[in-house]
Amino acid sequence: MKRVYLDYNATTSVEPEVLEAMLPYFSAEFGNASSIHTFGQRARAAVETAREQVAGLIGARAQEIFFTSGGTESDNHAIFGIVSSPFTSANSSTSARPHIITSLVEHEAVLNACQALAKQGVAVTYLHVDQDGSIDPQDLEAALRKETVLISIMHANNELGTVQPLEEIGRVAKQADVYFHSDAVQSAGKIPIDVNQFQLDLLSLSGHKLYAPKGIGALYVRGSTRLKQLLYGGHHQRGVRPGTENVAGIVGLGKAAEIARHSLANDAKRLSALRDQLEHGLLNRVPHSRINGARAVRTPNTANLVFPGVEGEALLIALDLKGLACSTGAACSSGAVEPSHVLTAIGLPTEEARASLRFSLGRHTTQADIDFALQVIPAVVEQLRQLSPTYQKEAAAKT
Amino acid sequence: MAGRNLLSIFCNGAPGRYNEMTTMKAATQFDTLRERRETQQDLVAVAMSGGVDSSTVAALLQQQGRSVVGLTMQLWNQRRLPMLQGDGPAQHRCCSLDDVYDAKAVARHLNFPHYVVNFEEQFESRVVRPFVEHYLAGRTPIACTNCNTDVKFEPLLRMARQIGAERLATGHYARIRRNEATGRRELLRARDETKDQSYFLWGLTQEQLSRSEFPLGELSKGEVRTLARRANLPVAEKPDSMELCFVPNGDYVQFIHAYSRERGTPLSEAGGEIVNEDGEVIGRHNGVHNFTIGQRKGLGFAAGKPLYVLSIDPQTNRVVVGEDEALRRRSFEVESLNWVSIAPPPVPLRASVKIRHKHDPAPASVEPIGQNRMRITFDTPQRAITPGQAAVFYDGDRVLAGAWIR
Repeated sequence: MKRVYLDYNATTSVEPEVLEAMLPYFSAEFGNASSIHTFGQRARAAVETAREQVAGLIGARAQEIFFTSGGTESDNHAIFGIVSSPFTSANSSTSARPHIITSLVEHEAVLNACQALAKQGVAVTYLHVDQDGSIDPQDLEAALRKETVLISIMHANNELGTVQPLEEIGRVAKQADVYFHSDAVQSAGKIPIDVNQFQLDLLSLSGHKLYAPKGIGALYVRGSTRLKQLLYGGHHQRGVRPGTENVAGIVGLGKAAEIARHSLANDAKRLSALRDQLEHGLLNRVPHSRINGARAVRTPNTANLVFPGVEGEALLIALDLKGLACSTGAACSSGAVEPSHVLTAIGLPTEEARASLRFSLGRHTTQADIDFALQVIPAVVEQLRQLSPTYQKEAAAKT
Repeated sequence: MAGRNLLSIFCNGAPGRYNEMTTMKAATQFDTLRERRETQQDLVAVAMSGGVDSSTVAALLQQQGRSVVGLTMQLWNQRRLPMLQGDGPAQHRCCSLDDVYDAKAVARHLNFPHYVVNFEEQFESRVVRPFVEHYLAGRTPIACTNCNTDVKFEPLLRMARQIGAERLATGHYARIRRNEATGRRELLRARDETKDQSYFLWGLTQEQLSRSEFPLGELSKGEVRTLARRANLPVAEKPDSMELCFVPNGDYVQFIHAYSRERGTPLSEAGGEIVNEDGEVIGRHNGVHNFTIGQRKGLGFAAGKPLYVLSIDPQTNRVVVGEDEALRRRSFEVESLNWVSIAPPPVPLRASVKIRHKHDPAPASVEPIGQNRMRITFDTPQRAITPGQAAVFYDGDRVLAGAWIR
């Protein structure tokens, strides 16, 4: 069966060049990057090259890049590492609880880390977003307290593609002298990132969202940042993140970052054209369909549409059985679909949040893929609506 | 018999290697075969719980050359009411991840697509909440019937059709037969009477029955296990689930308390009086939801003679108790009637009526007394006719109709 993949925000395939760069580090170049001998030195050289490559993608210095197991660890390290840092509590007034500002549309890695801290007595403000998923920097300013120790706002939203105004947020954070972290897992490789322009102190990256393998990620930590370590072990990565380096994974992430730096502009141009074509095609062919987050600045590859009268879960399965892979909401541990907190936060009523589907394009998406999607989706939506009692009732009421 | 022939299709080695003749011969045992042959390439959805029954259904249908898609319902969030999860083996917990993984393992083993679908909201509003409310109103509900009528064969069947499957197969022990003379789908008891679940399926409409398949209806539990083993299903030795799925530790009273607390209506003031048939107060109870008609255990006080719950009055919050003889009644009323295997007949009607899952159907006459309501009169008095349970009318193996006991 022909299968078309429009779920690049979930994960990407490892780029052949990336795989090729990684392969020697599984066998011939198997050294431990901490070893003193030549085997170790060769692995070390590869790791340090990758650090430079990753730094290059986000305008950082190589020594500010720490490799992690992925986006979730990077987010957790940034949040727990700042809030539980002894320096943080010393800075804030003696007895007051530290305060974090984040948003309602963050990834679970950020939200659940904040909730865990809230249970330990940390105060957390969740900024609301407008109907397109953007936060208002004025809300951020208003939420600041003298106890605020961290602002964590994602760069691009995974479900909508909405890009947050990091430059303005960075200005507010700088002025208030508060650490600023951004989960850039969904923007890295898709839109330009400059940690200095955004005045970021911490930034999370994930390999498998930018054509590197799963299980590798990075955390950018600005040189002066007082960050408590999360894991205890050896002296790897200057003790900030102990554990024998995942050399092959690190090499892959470095190579992928280098490719992304060069191909970003072209990819963005090509993908936004295909994405717009998909959106316009669906709006034209599926009655009553709408784009979620349409007015926001968005990543070029993400389309999120609501198809009223349809159960997104059924639509997702029906499309998968026809060979089209896309996504809806967030999967819970059993794999069932849960209502999306992001779509709820932009004010969609539950039934419309449930009727929404995300299509995310990537480097290997072709015109033929979009043609296939435009051919399959309208027919399947129609088939579902035929069997939807509520849609039929509403349709009957309108005629 | 049917089961033996079905067994034979697994005897020729690896799945897919048995010859087609054997398959067809086996399949002729099902009443709906002719339709199946015509739609052989059509997709059939299998409702998979992760247990041996529904897993075997998937294997059987696939062996018949059908194209199968597995659907596992996520019905109850196991993170809720964690105090009820107990510390028993995980497979006895409702919608436990282990069950989902088991269903996925079966799908992987047999190599067909499988999806977990979220019906938590429907399950709570149509099954769990009514279950609790009925108990608090002094009735003894059957959650499985609501789940069948309002979840499995309603939104799940609809989803099956939406994703392109015309029919939904389940692991129920019951049979569906098309009556050529009347054109109706008839619901029949399972061949294996000890496993028969037709009592829980009386709420299905003709439309629902026409789109449902119960491939285990001709088989015994032992035969199903044998089939599961021969197909090398990873769940072949998994124990049967016994308890109500969302009350995994079997303590439904504790569940009602926890659920009510979670909804912000704790049951602190639920206590009341226990009275005898003459209205004399002979004790106190701590909530009508602790009782069911005919119950002896747990009355909470000693009496000279064994006493049983005769009735429960939610208005006065009283539990009436008396001797065993007083539990036996001939006549009662039912509501929300659904005619299954026959069209509404010229009444009164004679039927064998079953008033609870473990009741032997007893002869009775059935007469209408209003819209969807009937009066049922047994030939001989029956013990513990319980409001909230179902009365199901049988003619031999056929389910004629069912209704809720008022």
